[in-house]
Amino acid sequence: MVKNIINWIDERIPMTATYNRHVGQYATPTNFNFWYFFGSLAMLVLVNQLLTGIWLTMNYVPTAEGAFASIEYIMRDVEYGWLLRYMHSTGASAFFVVIYLHMFRGLIYGSYQKPRELLWLFGMLIFLVLMAEAFMGYLLPWGQMSYWGAQVIISLFGAIPVIGDDLTLWIRGDFVVSGATLNRFFALHVIALPLVLVVLVFLHLIALHEVGSNNPDGIEIKQNKDENGWPKDGIPFHPYYTVKDIMGVAGFLIVFCYVLFFMPEGGGYFLEKPNFEAANPMKTPEHIAPVWYFTPFYAILRAIPDKLMGVIGMGLAIAVLFVLPWLDRCKVKSIRYRSMVHKLNISQFAVSFLVLGYLGAVPATPALTIAARIFTLTYFGFFLFLWIYSKNEKTKPVPERLTH
Amino acid sequence: MKKLLIALVALVPTLAIAAGGGAPLDKANIDLNDTESLQRGLELFQENCAGCHSTQYQRYDRVATDLDIPLDEMRAKYLPEGAKIGELMENAIPDADAAKWFGASPPDLTLVARVRGEDWIYSYLHGFYKDESRPFGVNNTIFPLVGMPHVLEGLQGTPVKQEDGTLVATGGALTAEEYDQVVRDITGYLVYSGDPVKLERERLGWWVLGFLFIFFIVAYLLKKEYWKDVH
Amino acid sequence: MSNAPVDTGRRRFLTAATAVVGGAGAAAVAVPFIKSWNPSAKAKAAGAPVEVNISKVEPGQLIRVEWRGKPVWVVRRTQEILDGLPAIDAQLRDPDSVEPQQPAYAQNTGRSIKAEYFIAVGLCTHLGCSPTYLPDTFGEQVEGVASGFFCPCHGSKFDMAGRVFQGVPAPLNLVIPPHQYIDDSTVLIGVDKGAA
Repeated sequence: MVKNIINWIDERIPMTATYNRHVGQYATPTNFNFWYFFGSLAMLVLVNQLLTGIWLTMNYVPTAEGAFASIEYIMRDVEYGWLLRYMHSTGASAFFVVIYLHMFRGLIYGSYQKPRELLWLFGMLIFLVLMAEAFMGYLLPWGQMSYWGAQVIISLFGAIPVIGDDLTLWIRGDFVVSGATLNRFFALHVIALPLVLVVLVFLHLIALHEVGSNNPDGIEIKQNKDENGWPKDGIPFHPYYTVKDIMGVAGFLIVFCYVLFFMPEGGGYFLEKPNFEAANPMKTPEHIAPVWYFTPFYAILRAIPDKLMGVIGMGLAIAVLFVLPWLDRCKVKSIRYRSMVHKLNISQFAVSFLVLGYLGAVPATPALTIAARIFTLTYFGFFLFLWIYSKNEKTKPVPERLTH
Repeated sequence: MKKLLIALVALVPTLAIAAGGGAPLDKANIDLNDTESLQRGLELFQENCAGCHSTQYQRYDRVATDLDIPLDEMRAKYLPEGAKIGELMENAIPDADAAKWFGASPPDLTLVARVRGEDWIYSYLHGFYKDESRPFGVNNTIFPLVGMPHVLEGLQGTPVKQEDGTLVATGGALTAEEYDQVVRDITGYLVYSGDPVKLERERLGWWVLGFLFIFFIVAYLLKKEYWKDVH
Repeated sequence: MSNAPVDTGRRRFLTAATAVVGGAGAAAVAVPFIKSWNPSAKAKAAGAPVEVNISKVEPGQLIRVEWRGKPVWVVRRTQEILDGLPAIDAQLRDPDSVEPQQPAYAQNTGRSIKAEYFIAVGLCTHLGCSPTYLPDTFGEQVEGVASGFFCPCHGSKFDMAGRVFQGVPAPLNLVIPPHQYIDDSTVLIGVDKGAA
């Protein structure tokens, strides 16, 4: 019976073939480690954001007059509204935690290198859209941080020569951030950008399954097949990685739910304190800091003592990641078989990123500004050094088969 | 960037002066499980603060239920004439009048504990001292140039700043310990008000974590079983 | 791949266990999503019982009050009307109010606590239009009955106790909301006696 139904469908759409290609018969390297959980976790968080987001729109009021009160309405008057809201706000931060770790995985194992350049580019586009999505979402509660954060970030566009001022006016649709801005951000946040995001995730997966997954050894398992054409170091995604990812999901949820139920403000980093005060265009909070996931780039912006150059620097910090596949000219992918110089370079990059993240979250002092400048240089230095030494890098011999 | 920030700040006239600097905060050490303290806090708040400050995001019946107050008692004690038990607690003076009297309308305090933190509220209520140069005759160590009178002066007495910086109050209805408890009660009530679901959330949280722990173990065993094929 | 023998039983058991625990988790996650569709505290506050002062209602007059967003009628019936109610039983679908369209205390001839005051939700039981009160001209709809309610949408007819006539689209009598008298001139609509 079931077989007949499946046959009936398969004659009309390639259901079984698609399942086998992407799950049942998708050859996956056997040696995935901890770092390889974050892809599936990103998917989990995306689904969480979509579902809770849809549910929040059911009670949220996208007007300057009603937005702040409607959040408190959700938190207090709607049954389990607080849970849905905290799932969404904690999920936003979790999304960036997962994505940053996912990107770092790609960085250390060379997952951006040929033939995975397009996979990396789709991933970077996801990151970019995600940042826009998070930024616009953060305006919606219409608290003080929402308001002034948006005011500052939109003002960045004013740094662009000639068209800057007109552009900021056009983005806001008013002379200051106002209800008009809130409405358009709402539309983009709940409809436009999620659609783009889902399409990009789809393309990201198609690109991944076309070239196959990289692994901690950075070896192409497809180059070593048995007599049936099955990679000797490959196992089907299902059941092996489905069960492993379920375990990963359970582990992740323990951490996620701990934050969700016991510290939903995330120490003032996930939900910032001034955002519990309704937006007031007449009064700026003493200290404006963007949400933690933007702070590394914000620190770069602040470090450069020129408005236009600061904006360019911040944009460049993200843009340079796009061209990473072409900056790294080494043929060896994984950090395991690359030179000490590369290991040090990646380490200093990770440190720079974290320190910049910290510096972007605290008020600037002259000493901290100098520190931010130094780490801005080392951040960009990573890419410059990489380009220089990777041409003739002294690498270790890469094994034929996967190691565990 | 800093220039930009400064420009933005300069563009808009600041009405009320934000609390900044000030003395280090004292620990409030409030206990949300102490229902009696929260009840006293509600009573103190309604008597002394609610005249000017609304708590407009919460409802009378919700507060009554959370604080174990019978609905009839809640009605009799706190409901304004003609109000229903399910209504929002908006019983404050109209914004326009308030702005005339105080120069700015007194902020809503439903969420003040989440904006300022419990220690801030506790220290703020302890921080008033006599200062004739101010319009209301008082200043505050935590909130310099505060724009409101010392409403609890009848209870605490008039606090005077000593030479060593400490505040000593005399002539109040309460002893220093009793006043400290009053401040703690109000602080506790405002912490409850900022996040009324906290206790329920944490109770539910333990169940969720317990469940996830079991789920993790089962999933781990399943993974281990299948991966015998690979290793 | 190793060639160790597979313990199928254990594998099946663990798969089932994970599916059951995971399924229970998924079901639990659905709870807040489903429950958030219940009326919120705001809706419940707006739907709270309504007090109505009935001392100024003239004989024959109908006043409307809002309860849970619905129109609720309070009609002061004359003795003449009350006397006429049993006479039309034969033309009605449910003359004795057998269907649970009213609280038990209103399951009587006049479908009310006090015969003089008829209190009903003014929504037709057919498709929810609000019928028109015809105090004098109902005779044009039903011969020999002076007053009643006529629904303009699909022509359903109800008598002065909200009982539906035969041969109209509406299947049931008008709904009598839970209500109670606080004193002679005040009625509380929305809650039964003893439940307040």
